[in-house]
Amino acid sequence: MVVATGKSILNGIAIGKIKIYKAPVYDIYEGIVEDIEREVERFNEAIEKAIADQSVLYEKALKDAGEESAAIFEAHQMMLEDEDLQDSTREIITEQKRGAEYATKTAFDNYAQMFAEMDDPYMQARSADLIDIEATVLDFLLGNDTSSMQGTEPSILVAEDLAPSETVKLDKSLLLGMITREGSANSHTAILARSMNLPSLIQCKEIDDSWDGKLAIIDGYNSCVYIEPTKELLKTLTAKHDEDVRKLALLEELKGKPSTTLDGTSVHIYANIGGPSDLGFVNENDAEGVGLFRSEFVYLNSKEEPTEEQQFAAYKRVVETLAPKQVIIRTCDIGADKTIDYMNLDKEENPALGFRAIRICLTRKDFFKKQLRALLRASAYGNMGIMFPMIISKWELMEAKALLKECEDELKAEGHKIGKYELGIMIETPAAVLCADDLAEECDFFSLGTNDLTQYTCAIDRQNAKLERFSDTHHPAVLKSIQMTIDAGHRHGTWVGICGELGADPTLTETFLRMGVDELSVNPKSVLPLRKIVRSVDLSKPEA
Amino acid sequence: MKEFTFTVTDPLGIHARPAGILVKEAKKYNSSITLYKGDKSCDMRKLLALMGLAVKQGDEVTIKIEGDDEEECAAAIEKFMKENF
Repeated sequence: MVVATGKSILNGIAIGKIKIYKAPVYDIYEGIVEDIEREVERFNEAIEKAIADQSVLYEKALKDAGEESAAIFEAHQMMLEDEDLQDSTREIITEQKRGAEYATKTAFDNYAQMFAEMDDPYMQARSADLIDIEATVLDFLLGNDTSSMQGTEPSILVAEDLAPSETVKLDKSLLLGMITREGSANSHTAILARSMNLPSLIQCKEIDDSWDGKLAIIDGYNSCVYIEPTKELLKTLTAKHDEDVRKLALLEELKGKPSTTLDGTSVHIYANIGGPSDLGFVNENDAEGVGLFRSEFVYLNSKEEPTEEQQFAAYKRVVETLAPKQVIIRTCDIGADKTIDYMNLDKEENPALGFRAIRICLTRKDFFKKQLRALLRASAYGNMGIMFPMIISKWELMEAKALLKECEDELKAEGHKIGKYELGIMIETPAAVLCADDLAEECDFFSLGTNDLTQYTCAIDRQNAKLERFSDTHHPAVLKSIQMTIDAGHRHGTWVGICGELGADPTLTETFLRMGVDELSVNPKSVLPLRKIVRSVDLSKPEA
Repeated sequence: MKEFTFTVTDPLGIHARPAGILVKEAKKYNSSITLYKGDKSCDMRKLLALMGLAVKQGDEVTIKIEGDDEEECAAAIEKFMKENF
């Protein structure tokens, strides 16, 4: 048995024979050619085919791996359409009297070299894109068929590196896993592996041609591959593999099913996300909406305060992508443990009890209005909820709502369209719990932020490890607060959700259902496991 | 001739795909569009040349536009850059 290590793309086990994948070697004539016009014509035809091919690859990648992975082929298409690149290739043919293959290789390599020599790692990586499109053009010129290189039986593919176009062309029904010597966690191979749930290793420096045809196990949990594993290991990991498959099948089975208990009580299971890059996880895990979209990303990803236009573009994209699903966007929650240079916030003795969230927004109204205007404009593009954090008093809510109204009037006067949206607040302090009846009169929904609610109710700093013994995430005071909030909300027709970590705690799901919670917003991975629990609960029978 | 300056705020700078869309946008107009970064410049209809300038976050670039539709072209390009970079 040989053990090799690499970087694991996902936790999973793949068992199968190794197939060594070799990139094609191009045999290119480098001498002088007679019929220049014919060579130019051949290049023109090949580049047209290569451009058209990118649309095919785009559609295939979109289906197999999603938008993020497909986008690269759009970029490749645009590069192939570049006039300078095409002109310099044709110039080599006409001026140096060389064949289309030689000219393509020389011109594309020159551009690849230019990118490789740039000092920015992102631009350096674009060099691989040029090499990839070069291979596509050469394949068309030489009439290469690359589909045969994968073999005919299901296998674990081992390669030096896989270009995006190579990865997308693979027959997925013959693919058990992938191992590459190169590659990064953001590479196309990694994206595809994740979206297709293929256990894969990248940066596995020990790959060897002698592995070809041998039985192997990729152990994604331990970031390694076993070549010719021992009998015991094969038995243990086969059992683990089968367990994973059962779990996954069960979850797949739950996709599209309602989150309804045996006695017919429905609850919405939403996802919490932190930025546009998480959008894919929402649909992947079949979340019914987004219960907490942290708007901090627009502030944290920028050196200067983001403009209304920048914020609008970001919110619009999110709302539009997920429509008609509801997306609840929480307004700026900066302060406490999240600080930003351009906000010029003073250092505080006690930041958790300090100048943060809505307190900053109601003090710096011009700053807040930029976000409110951007949100209102984006509301026209989908199903949005706007949520204010850290509300402790009714006057704060009224003041925030007055600002929202002011922005709405301004925008209407400027001719902007505004959609329908729900308005809600986070309930994350004992003060809000005790005043919930008053607050509910002015809101469409409440969302319980249990992390802060627990720390403020129990006076326990959640980041202090010494307090572990005293800290109780199921503290009766917190659970009572949740019940009080749900009851107060329902008295006024306000729906109540939980967006803190407690919402994802499977040991409390039945408790929350019995309390009457309307929505649980959790990390995307917890959506389907929670749905499974919900569908097994019977509220008409006494709690077990 | 129309001219405006712009400071890139996108952490990746003017990178591949949005750069490609910018090029497509630029091709919609008759006007010539030139992007200047320091003493270097490029034709904004050319993707690889544009990427070759390696415009990064925090870089200030100047865009000069000349032609019969320069007014609307300048407005469209400036808006696009503000939203995407």
